[in-house]
Amino acid sequence: MNVAPILPEIILGIGAIVLMLVAAFAGRRSGGFTSWAAVLLLIGATLALIGAPSEAGAVYGGLVTADFFGAFGKSLIFLASAVAIIAAHGWFERGTEHSPEYPVLILFSALGGAVMVSAISLVTLYIGLELLSLAGYVLASYRRNDDRSAEAGLKYFLLGALASGILLYGISLLYGFSGTMNFNGIAAAFERGGPPSLGLLFGVVFVLAGVAFKISAVPFHFWTPDVYEGAPTPVTAFFASAPKVAAVLLGVRLCIDALGPATDAWRQIVIFAALASIFLGAVAAYGQTNIKRLLAYSSINNVGFALVGLAAGTPVGASSVLFYMAVYVVMTLGAFLCVLWMRDKDGEAVEDIYALSGLSQTRPAFAVALAIFMFSLAGIPPLFGFWPKLLVFQAAVDAGLVALAVAAIVGTVVGAYYYLKIVKIVYFDEAAPAFARVRQPVQGALIFLAAVAVSPLGYLLIGPLQSLTDRAAGSIF
Amino acid sequence: MTDLPLLTILIALPLLAAFACLFVSAGAARWIALAATLANLAIGIILWIAYDPAGAQWQFVESLALRGGIAWVLGIDGIALVLILLSVFLMPICIGASWRAIDRRVPEYMAAFLLMESLMLGVFAAQDLFLFYVFFEGGLIPMYMIIGIWGGAERIKASYKFFLYTLLGSVLMLIAMIYMVSEAGTTSIPALMAHDFPMDAQKWLWLAFFASFAVKMPMWPVHTWLPDAHVQAPTAGSVILAGVLLKLGGYGFIRFSLPMFPEASAMYVPLVFVLSGIAIVYTSLVALVQRDMKKLIAYSSVAHMAFVTFGLFAFNRQGIEGAMIVMLSHGLVSGALFLVVGVIYDRLHTREIAAYGGLSNNMPGYALLFMLFSMAAVGLPGTSGFVGEFLALLGTYRVSSWAAIVATTGIILGAAYMLWLYWRICFGVARTPEAAVMRDLSSREWLLLAPIAAGVLWMGIYPESFLRPIRADVGRLLERVERAAPPGDAQLARGAARPAAGTHAPEAAH
Repeated sequence: MNVAPILPEIILGIGAIVLMLVAAFAGRRSGGFTSWAAVLLLIGATLALIGAPSEAGAVYGGLVTADFFGAFGKSLIFLASAVAIIAAHGWFERGTEHSPEYPVLILFSALGGAVMVSAISLVTLYIGLELLSLAGYVLASYRRNDDRSAEAGLKYFLLGALASGILLYGISLLYGFSGTMNFNGIAAAFERGGPPSLGLLFGVVFVLAGVAFKISAVPFHFWTPDVYEGAPTPVTAFFASAPKVAAVLLGVRLCIDALGPATDAWRQIVIFAALASIFLGAVAAYGQTNIKRLLAYSSINNVGFALVGLAAGTPVGASSVLFYMAVYVVMTLGAFLCVLWMRDKDGEAVEDIYALSGLSQTRPAFAVALAIFMFSLAGIPPLFGFWPKLLVFQAAVDAGLVALAVAAIVGTVVGAYYYLKIVKIVYFDEAAPAFARVRQPVQGALIFLAAVAVSPLGYLLIGPLQSLTDRAAGSIF
Repeated sequence: MTDLPLLTILIALPLLAAFACLFVSAGAARWIALAATLANLAIGIILWIAYDPAGAQWQFVESLALRGGIAWVLGIDGIALVLILLSVFLMPICIGASWRAIDRRVPEYMAAFLLMESLMLGVFAAQDLFLFYVFFEGGLIPMYMIIGIWGGAERIKASYKFFLYTLLGSVLMLIAMIYMVSEAGTTSIPALMAHDFPMDAQKWLWLAFFASFAVKMPMWPVHTWLPDAHVQAPTAGSVILAGVLLKLGGYGFIRFSLPMFPEASAMYVPLVFVLSGIAIVYTSLVALVQRDMKKLIAYSSVAHMAFVTFGLFAFNRQGIEGAMIVMLSHGLVSGALFLVVGVIYDRLHTREIAAYGGLSNNMPGYALLFMLFSMAAVGLPGTSGFVGEFLALLGTYRVSSWAAIVATTGIILGAAYMLWLYWRICFGVARTPEAAVMRDLSSREWLLLAPIAAGVLWMGIYPESFLRPIRADVGRLLERVERAAPPGDAQLARGAARPAAGTHAPEAAH
């Protein structure tokens, strides 16, 4: 059997098992080693994407495909996972929970994400999603002595199990009424003349509901703020990036590949989810004073914009979603790395946004980075966060969805308020006690790189990134 | 010399200086900012000299294609040139005005100002639609910072209001831009200026652009962010707000609304005229009852900007050229008035009109310059205000006598509030002992105000220097819009000549 098309997954799978054994035998002392080894594995898996894993096409009897779309998604997932591992440095060491399992769990989760974005069968889709989620449930409750963390894990698990149930039910309906698990086969069932059967439509609704839970789109977002707040911050950074990319890309592939002929059936669902996420994400964030909850609503809001591009249902739209997710991952990881650096003078983490008061006077460089991420998340030019928003609106207008674009863009103004509030606290308010300095040069370098990437210098990346996303989107049409 | 990418240098220089400011001490930041803005002034003057009024429409064109939807394309016509000149002229004055008034977080302040200059110059020079938008919106960030950090007591509310108000206006324009690009297949502004959109689309596109420019302008009833922003901003912030930011609205109408949607512009003339008419009368009356000097000048700005919209939508040469001169003149005059207010605010730290009085006794030099700028705001012949308002009214009169009549009351009301303000501050006796002992202008203040005074007189006595570069471009704009120009209500026509002899016929009987 030729393993070349799934080489990255093989590397991650075997690597994760070996590291787990190392952790089991070497115990707590191996934390540093497993962590850096996991980062190297992820980088290695990203490099392994070059070649067959990005162009072999459907393999293993149509269970997975190795195309450029998947490769693009995987590289984002792997890099975000690597950052999430690095983000944990200096975090768990403080508590007693420090253990080498963290990077291993991240690796399994990343593996699940990789399977999700290359699945072209409902079975592999479900397996990938569950692998990602199960590792995620454990990660959310990683600080098991902390009430909030335990609560987050339990909540995530219960609601996640419910969503998986809904998804499975949808899958069974799709299978029952189309007779196949394969995306192409399902598409053929929809194309088979006449209006699609009620069973198929119900299947579509349930499957999309399951996916909406994973990407935390309204109305399946309820778990997000609680889980984001309760989970340890590096885990939250991970949740906001890699699984989200995996689920959004899975949604894109599912909608275009399997449900392409039924675009009219899912478009209204996606439009509703997009607008509801944008507005609820914007409005609900108003009263939040916990920065992690605030960023949770921000991620709901941002997913809404990505869905605007999906609603277009065109290659341009799919490309804009990919572009959006790429920039979003950089912005959100940068913002969470900044949150990780919010420590009071004893080194304890603080999450209250008013602790940031007057940060510009105590830590000017930190303040500039945070302001760049906030303006960029808000989509204000000349920051680079503006450009992906422009692309999704452009895709929507090109597809004739002008009203959707208008409503969504009004949502950006509503959402701008709370990003502005952070900037106001950082720049306009009187200085609060200064944060303790965090001695993590690698994290500092990552914050710097992320800030430069979403600064106006990011516009230089438009050309190369656009050609990648166009190529990736082209491979699923 | 023209081989140099002058416009890119013009935009990049303040940006680099802003960056440098962040890493140096307060004193050094002041000098860096001053040097950078003066260098930009020099470049602006070079552009003015090198610009050929009889040459191509777009000059100093630079183009650097970036793949994927946005291009670094710059170029200016006469209209952009004079607005760039206004910006680079006001900038060193703003830095000078902040020299002592700003003593907190000086490096960041100078960086914010330089960033602002860079973005504003980019707006006037951009020839790519999305590049324009990036510059246009980007200006919000430094202004938000300037108001929020260095503003007065109510600065937080004012900064939010400024940001969200103008953002809401602009995002609708963005959707219109996306639609235009998808319809016309190009992001080049010159190409879009020649593109004919179908009437159905024009109606909506015009409204979307109007939403943005009306807020920036600002027009009644979406002007309410302006008094707050002006009052709370530091002096130099107000100067740049009045001098440059408010010009973006007028520039937008000339660059986008009129040439790209001529038919829709003609259709919406009544809307624009009604809003402008209300603005002139209403805001002038509001200005009359203000007790805060800065607020009074802010409301007078709204009234003056209404002359601009009247002139622009008159669809004739006098109107458009007048509107341009009003914009330039207002940039100088209201900027100067904010500086004048800043001078006494720095001494007494209150903007209440009632706290002053009799300043002509102890501050004669100050009273002289204040008089000149007040007269220019009123539109006294010989000052820049007269030329612009006269032309704009003339143009308006050719389209609608009623509009011209309403607009003219603005001049009378303007005289009322400006002269009354001047009287209360400079004449009579000092109402507080502190006001009576204030010292006259320092040499730094003279240095700031004298160039503006010279500019005001130059524009008033010899406006040709400023009309020459824009004449050809106004002509091109008129060629573009004249097919849609609304008919005037005067309809002057030569009557049939009656024979003169008939009245003399009885004479013959003698």
